[in-house]
Amino acid sequence: MRNIWIVYRKELTESLRDRRTLITTFLVPLLIIPVLGAGFTAVMAGVIGKAKKEKPSVMIVGGTDSPGVVAVLQNYSRIEAVPATPDWKNKIIDKEIRAAVEIPEHFDDELAKGHAGTIKIDIYGGEIKSELAAGNLENYLKEYRDNIATERLEANHLPTDLLKPFQVRRESVAPPEKEAGAILGGIIAYALILMCLNGAMSPAIDLTAGEKERGTMETILSSPVSRTHLVLGKFLLVLTASMITALLLMVSAGVSSTVLQKSHTLDQMTEASEPAPHFALGPKAIVSVVIMAVPLAVLFSAGLITIALFAKSNKEAQSYIAPLMFLVLIPAVAAMLPGVDLTLKLAIVPLLNVSLLCKELVSGEYHWNYIVLIFASTCVYAAGALFLAVKMFQRESVLFRS
Amino acid sequence: MIEALNLCKRFQDKKRGEVRAVDGVSFICRPGEIYGLLGANGAGKTTTLRMLATILEPTEGTARLCGHDIVEHPERVRANCGFLSTATALYPRLTAQEMVEYFGKLNGLDAVTLKKRIDDIFDRLDMNDFRDRRCDKLSTGMKQKTSIARTLVHDPPVMIFDEPTLGLDIMTARTIIEFIRECRDRGKTVIFSTHVMREVEKLCDNVGIIQGGKLLAEGTLEQLRQRHGENDLEELFVKIVAPHYVTETV
Repeated sequence: MRNIWIVYRKELTESLRDRRTLITTFLVPLLIIPVLGAGFTAVMAGVIGKAKKEKPSVMIVGGTDSPGVVAVLQNYSRIEAVPATPDWKNKIIDKEIRAAVEIPEHFDDELAKGHAGTIKIDIYGGEIKSELAAGNLENYLKEYRDNIATERLEANHLPTDLLKPFQVRRESVAPPEKEAGAILGGIIAYALILMCLNGAMSPAIDLTAGEKERGTMETILSSPVSRTHLVLGKFLLVLTASMITALLLMVSAGVSSTVLQKSHTLDQMTEASEPAPHFALGPKAIVSVVIMAVPLAVLFSAGLITIALFAKSNKEAQSYIAPLMFLVLIPAVAAMLPGVDLTLKLAIVPLLNVSLLCKELVSGEYHWNYIVLIFASTCVYAAGALFLAVKMFQRESVLFRS
Repeated sequence: MIEALNLCKRFQDKKRGEVRAVDGVSFICRPGEIYGLLGANGAGKTTTLRMLATILEPTEGTARLCGHDIVEHPERVRANCGFLSTATALYPRLTAQEMVEYFGKLNGLDAVTLKKRIDDIFDRLDMNDFRDRRCDKLSTGMKQKTSIARTLVHDPPVMIFDEPTLGLDIMTARTIIEFIRECRDRGKTVIFSTHVMREVEKLCDNVGIIQGGKLLAEGTLEQLRQRHGENDLEELFVKIVAPHYVTETV
């Protein structure tokens, strides 16, 4: 035990003097969430906000014989009505105008008689500014239609609610943090897996392949420390780096989500009538996610040591580990997809189970049977990886691969 | 005291099949003596010494260092020997003192003994100027001194040197040669490998000539000269090795 501690202390001293390890352990996890998260939401809020503020140019096509409806459209304050040209469809495609309203012939006359045809709104489908303009126009025209209907009912002395015998209203009953947790949880789980792996990567390579490359492997093997103690000391250091990275990530996520919440950046993304999504990450969620990260970090640390030990140089180790990154990210991304929820089967799939659980924890859901199962199964995988790492360190063909 | 008893090391090589790097090597090296293992590249010197230092495990046979079996008690063997080769580098991000301290601690020295030992070694090797300088900032000579200090910190009775002067300039090589001689004079058991005849002539009490993993001849220089009727060491070496020499790509 004393030797494990001596090895650990020495590796710690060396790692703290390694700039690359310092950056991946301390700087990256602190910055990734604010940069990715806040940057992304700020851009989104900016785009949506700008799109909402912009007065879209809308062309009124036809309607020369229907001054009534044209006047109604021209009076609409949220659009900029522009005179018609024959190439309006191209202008929409070229994004010169956001939409066009096609009014059928004799619209006013037909309307006065009873029933007019269909007003068509031409848009650039999928383009957010065009969609927004069309949405507003549609609502505005529906309002115009309802007014006409109401007038007609009144003229015939009929009750105005004849057209709307009942109302429909939508309301979310999910607590605000659960609603946001579904989105935020996926992102947090993804970032957690990425950071746990990233935090372990640089020291795992440095302490194994790096040691071979620098020629210190033979030096340390000639000391009385046993190989098991040596690899355990190294493993503990890699685990420390991985856990620090995970912890800093969660703290950073907690702080930046609170800041984001307070800054009301998100309000711009939603309609004024809707409540703003609740994005603040509570201390309880942070603590439980960090606890779940422990076996994950053990798994990554031991796994990376095993793989990196095969390599003769830093560079070789990196080329082994790079494809692993993609492999690990598949379950992390899968967990972000809507509709993928925890089931008994998925609870024993490594990585995917932790990702899905993180999503639940962030939403404030605690299914203890899943938590125990996932913690235990990840511990089993982690123990397997650690056992493998210790075994590998006993093999001459791995230590002295030439 | 080192007793090698029929040491064998076989590797599996994809192209060459089974390779007998060391094939039944036995010898004895006593305290206060320098045993020189003389051989060409790929003769099996490094593998033999790595087995003695318990870095590699023998496929067959064994050896005893100060009575400790290298297979059964490798940790005890390592605690009793200092191993130095051109491949045993220093940790670049540790200072010279931290490097030596680390190995002292791993050898189980307590803080008081360790401090006394380090002060003593650093004075003797004139290392106090670069005590707190990081190893990656040291000159080759300083690095060699730090490596020597590292092997000496636990004051081992057995010293193993694997081509210790390889690639060093004359001045640095001389410090090493001087150091090896000093080890013998202090009564340590010393074994070292080389392919430099001059070093053998200067240092060795006993010589073992190794080729193809086999110890072909053994004895004092004088005995070997008489036995093979050849005074020049290089000619002597070639005479012994040539019949067994197979050109191989290493």
